[in-house]
Amino acid sequence: MSVKKISKTQPELFEFTQDNLKKVRKEIDKYPKDRKASAVIALLYLVQNQNDNWIPLVAIKYVANLLNMPYIKVFEVATFYSMFNLTPVGKYFVQVCTTTPCMIRGANKLTTICKNLISKNQNELSENKLCSWMEVECLGACVNAPMMQINQDYFEDLDENKTKEIFETILNDQFPKPGSAKNRKNNAPENGKTTLLEVKNA
Amino acid sequence: MLKDEDRIFKNLYNDLGWEIESALKRGDWNQTKDIISKGKDFIIKEIKDSELRGRGGAGFPTGLKLSFAPKEIGSRPHYLVINADESEPGTCKDRDIMRFEPQKLIEGCLITGYAISAHVCYIYIRGEYFREGQILQQAIDQAYEKNFLGKNACGSGWDLDIYIHYGAGAYICGEETALLESLEGNKGLPRLKPPFPALVGLYGCPTIVNNVETIAVLPTILKRGAKWFSSLGKPKNTGTKIFCISGNVNNPCNVEEEMGIPLKDLIDKHAGGVVGGWNNLQAVIPGGSSMPLLPKNICETITMDFDSLIKVKSGLGTAGVVVINKDQDIIKCMARIAKFYKHESCGQCTPCREGCGWMWRMLERMANGDSTYKEIDLLLDVTKQIEGHTICAFGEGSAWPVQGLIRHFRKEIEKRSHEEPIIKKKTNIPYLVDQHLLEEEGA
Repeated sequence: MSVKKISKTQPELFEFTQDNLKKVRKEIDKYPKDRKASAVIALLYLVQNQNDNWIPLVAIKYVANLLNMPYIKVFEVATFYSMFNLTPVGKYFVQVCTTTPCMIRGANKLTTICKNLISKNQNELSENKLCSWMEVECLGACVNAPMMQINQDYFEDLDENKTKEIFETILNDQFPKPGSAKNRKNNAPENGKTTLLEVKNA
Repeated sequence: MLKDEDRIFKNLYNDLGWEIESALKRGDWNQTKDIISKGKDFIIKEIKDSELRGRGGAGFPTGLKLSFAPKEIGSRPHYLVINADESEPGTCKDRDIMRFEPQKLIEGCLITGYAISAHVCYIYIRGEYFREGQILQQAIDQAYEKNFLGKNACGSGWDLDIYIHYGAGAYICGEETALLESLEGNKGLPRLKPPFPALVGLYGCPTIVNNVETIAVLPTILKRGAKWFSSLGKPKNTGTKIFCISGNVNNPCNVEEEMGIPLKDLIDKHAGGVVGGWNNLQAVIPGGSSMPLLPKNICETITMDFDSLIKVKSGLGTAGVVVINKDQDIIKCMARIAKFYKHESCGQCTPCREGCGWMWRMLERMANGDSTYKEIDLLLDVTKQIEGHTICAFGEGSAWPVQGLIRHFRKEIEKRSHEEPIIKKKTNIPYLVDQHLLEEEGA
């Protein structure tokens, strides 16, 4: 279980933009009419996207009203799932996978670079207030270890130099190119395929 | 080695393109209407004959699972839920199916939806797979454009709608009842079983939950016949499987192979061998982090299928093979896995919530050489207290890797432990895991 910190400075107002309200309707329509609550995770995502990657308490109340749910149930969901941030994070939010498959391929080097280039501790903003980082559990790209996620994109097959390059890019307020750092083709073996050698679209 | 023509996922590396036009050329959506016109009983019997076992980890016979759904729709609708919450460390197969072979999954959803009388299908994707979800959504939209989904899907006379539902980073939501709770908008806490989801599932309605890979292989089985599928692999462990080989190998990769392939072949032929040569191998986790590891001497001869691995007290699980060579500290590796479980425990059952933390802290101390001999048995006892005393299988999943470590690497732990109880050394440790020693001293 993880402990979630809740930001001490909270905005007083939150409302969805018109665009997002349309998306809200679309999300609610996915589920049976009397089961609006199912859309709670999707709505909290929308909040997070609209509000610089974190969820203020007032937005939790707002979502609860939209879905006719008790406040505490939405609060439970927001604190239970690890992808919801209840404190502000950087515009570029780096999540480094450090679970065993990544660890044995050198994820610890990545976290050291994070400490040197971004901030000394996890969940701290960098000096220019643009980036923050944290260690996370398995992101499900073990074959491409070590890897990390920045906002919604995966950066795979990393080494120290490439990681430094990526961090320098985001610290300069630019988004680097996601994908494999070795230009490897997805999950195929790096030095040539061993299967599916002559497949064609029949 | 399996012939390329017998591989189900021809676009595993995205050489051909994932779009529907390309998928149609590979044979997706071909004969779908004919298969459905043969009826529910035929489909379920064919899947039973193929002896397909679920690919999500437990290896439950898929045909049997589908037959649990009520035959006729009663007062409540039926649901099909696809479990794409792939979070098991070492596993990344469903990700590739969703981004490169989405039509196989969608076609499987239609056939399964028909077989269990469901008109609505939810695909529960882990939140981190945002991009994969986007591709899958595009693939679903393309299928709707071709009338393969929606009303009278694919001309079969059956209506099916597919919706994507994102999770938000909780490993436990891969457990089927926790997944249903999460879909209903609650915290992902597993439910007590029975009643099983096949009768009381999503919104209290009959629900069948299946893994992505299981559903994605169904269309090919039905097209090529149960006989073809069961001729591959071993009896009761039939067919092909996507193996994810990660860790200390030269070329980590995903590869589709026959069930029952020797582990050594898998590592040497497909993954380019162990870093530092086969003799540098220390241990292999054969099926995702929940499965006990295997030391080198077992790895020499073991074949990768459900039953062979159970015989050596491990399991195929999700077939996420993590190779650990001698450069790694094996205790540290297992301590990291224990930390993963401590982080992901949902906190509902006390043995798991508390025990996972104990196991992690004890293993960390063992890795650092701060433990005593007695603690090894104590740790084993803790794992036994967790196993079988929880609502869901997370308890087993967290206890087994630690048991595996003690079973095969006890000497390694003993080497680092010392006889003196820590309490005598007056070491300052922030957490008191040595309370049992205090009692013995009469303190």
